[in-house]
Amino acid sequence: MKQMRRRRVRRALEEQCFLWLMRLSLLGAVGVLGMIVGVICWRGAGALSWEMVSSLPEGGFYLGREGGILNALVGSLYLACGATVLALCLAVPVVFYLHTYASPGGRLRHGVRLALDILWGIPSIVYGAFGFAWMVYLGVRASLLAGILTLALVVLPILARTLDEVVEMTPVLLRESTLALGATRLEWMGVLLRQSLPGLLTAILLAFGRGIGDAASVLFTAGYTDNLPDSLLRPVASLPLAVFFLLGTPFPEVQARAYAAALILTIIVLGVSVSAHLSLARLGRYVIR
Amino acid sequence: MGGVVEQPDKGSQRSESFRLSGRRRWSDRVAHRLLGLIAGALCLLVVGVAAALLLRSLPLLSTFSLFELWGGQVWQPMRGLFGYAPFVVGSLWVTAVAMAVAVVPAVFSGIYLAEYVSERGRALLKPLLDLLVGIPSVVYGVWGVLFVVPLVRDWIGPWAEQTVGDALPFLGRTSPSGYGLLSAGLVLGIMVFPLIVAVTEEVMRSVPREMREALLSLGATRWETTKCSVRRVGLPGILAAVVLGFSRAFGETLAVMMTVGNVAQFPSTIFDPVYPLPALIANNYGEMMSVPLYEAALMHAALLLLGVVIIFNVGARLVIERLVRRIR
Repeated sequence: MKQMRRRRVRRALEEQCFLWLMRLSLLGAVGVLGMIVGVICWRGAGALSWEMVSSLPEGGFYLGREGGILNALVGSLYLACGATVLALCLAVPVVFYLHTYASPGGRLRHGVRLALDILWGIPSIVYGAFGFAWMVYLGVRASLLAGILTLALVVLPILARTLDEVVEMTPVLLRESTLALGATRLEWMGVLLRQSLPGLLTAILLAFGRGIGDAASVLFTAGYTDNLPDSLLRPVASLPLAVFFLLGTPFPEVQARAYAAALILTIIVLGVSVSAHLSLARLGRYVIR
Repeated sequence: MGGVVEQPDKGSQRSESFRLSGRRRWSDRVAHRLLGLIAGALCLLVVGVAAALLLRSLPLLSTFSLFELWGGQVWQPMRGLFGYAPFVVGSLWVTAVAMAVAVVPAVFSGIYLAEYVSERGRALLKPLLDLLVGIPSVVYGVWGVLFVVPLVRDWIGPWAEQTVGDALPFLGRTSPSGYGLLSAGLVLGIMVFPLIVAVTEEVMRSVPREMREALLSLGATRWETTKCSVRRVGLPGILAAVVLGFSRAFGETLAVMMTVGNVAQFPSTIFDPVYPLPALIANNYGEMMSVPLYEAALMHAALLLLGVVIIFNVGARLVIERLVRRIR
């Protein structure tokens, strides 16, 4: 009897012990997230000003004189938008092909999913080197176009996998009733597209957020410049690289600008990510389940 | 219509509106071919990346043997010496420290999310982890420079040196700047944390409910149920989650580059600066055109990175896939 009670206490103790361990590790992660945002806000807010986001770097900006990082802000928007659109043009046909024409359990379907998984795992620096290899081969210099093409490769698997998950959730009955009404598979694709529009928006937003924060792929391919991008064939600045280069200078005032640029980047990325989740929650109501 | 289906004589039985009109059928076929082509091209993209990097690194491979390259310990492009060993070892060390930091809490968190948290709590917590994934690498780097490096320099380093530094020389402090293995490993560990959590949760949620219910009805506590489902079903999946985290950490560039110190050497303590492969590629892109074979050498580094990541990724995916199929 006594032994049984002791065993019960031990089991309850073990349960509580691990429960709190698990809670602690999850709490720690959320705490670290808060701390990252907090530290960036605290150090970045001091140097953040309207001038930072509204003007181009002038002579001596990297020595602490006036100017802003408008070039990087605009450049990053161009890069991320272009890459997302380009990746969309590739991801949408592929994913919808998987769910309409490809036979379930077929080899092509399996192969495409595996390819997307592998592409997703490839580090962006490797994409950067890949883009650079092509640039050397073709004899072109760093440019907005090269940056967009390389970044599209980084964004493509993120977009496609998110979209794949969304389309996967479409009820089977919808497919069967559409096809039973005599629709071709192309017409079924139209229904599927309309059904997954909210998810598509979420995928686009997530991909955009990832694209705007990626630095390693545009490091070789997009270059850096103090001017606004005016042509597809000219180099372009980007926000993550601005943070990196500003932080690399030895002057504290300039490093403070790096913190401010990091804060701007964080605000953009978190804003995009939050709106992605909200849009899925709000627009998802209009989807047939 | 009677019970017997008659042979239709070449379509005259079916009314015209039942048949696919030419245009609809034609567009359906065209779409089938076209989209199939794009999907096939996507599969070839992986091969394309590897092939391009291999082609660009051929000049290097034809001059040196693989043994010389991977085993070489000296990296002096000016003198034509390309030894990858310090960089590979540096990468492995940084990743290992990151995994040591991240794995246990991440696996616990994943199990907790899958087994204990209610549907509402999960809807609240998962977006938070997604935010953690979305933060750009360079912002992690800035955070590392602002917070982790001073923490290691002023607190962890002196503390480790005073308490265990003599007994375990591996933990003795050698780098007074704070930039080094431990700082980069801490930052990297936090970066791969959400990935491991997500995969662990997915694996644990694929454990059949009946198994859990059977255990609970036999009088097992919730933790005992969890323990059993981890041991019997989830372990390979969790291992795969860890491998995925490893391969992600292995290729991380900017955040590591900003905190690791970038000195090509074999580390003797956990505070030593090292020089991982991605940082090697990223730091030298500007000057590589002027030195013979330098570009090929960096492309070979990228190829090396790609090879490691693909092997780990495919292996982990296969394990997860088999596991999920076996459970169903």
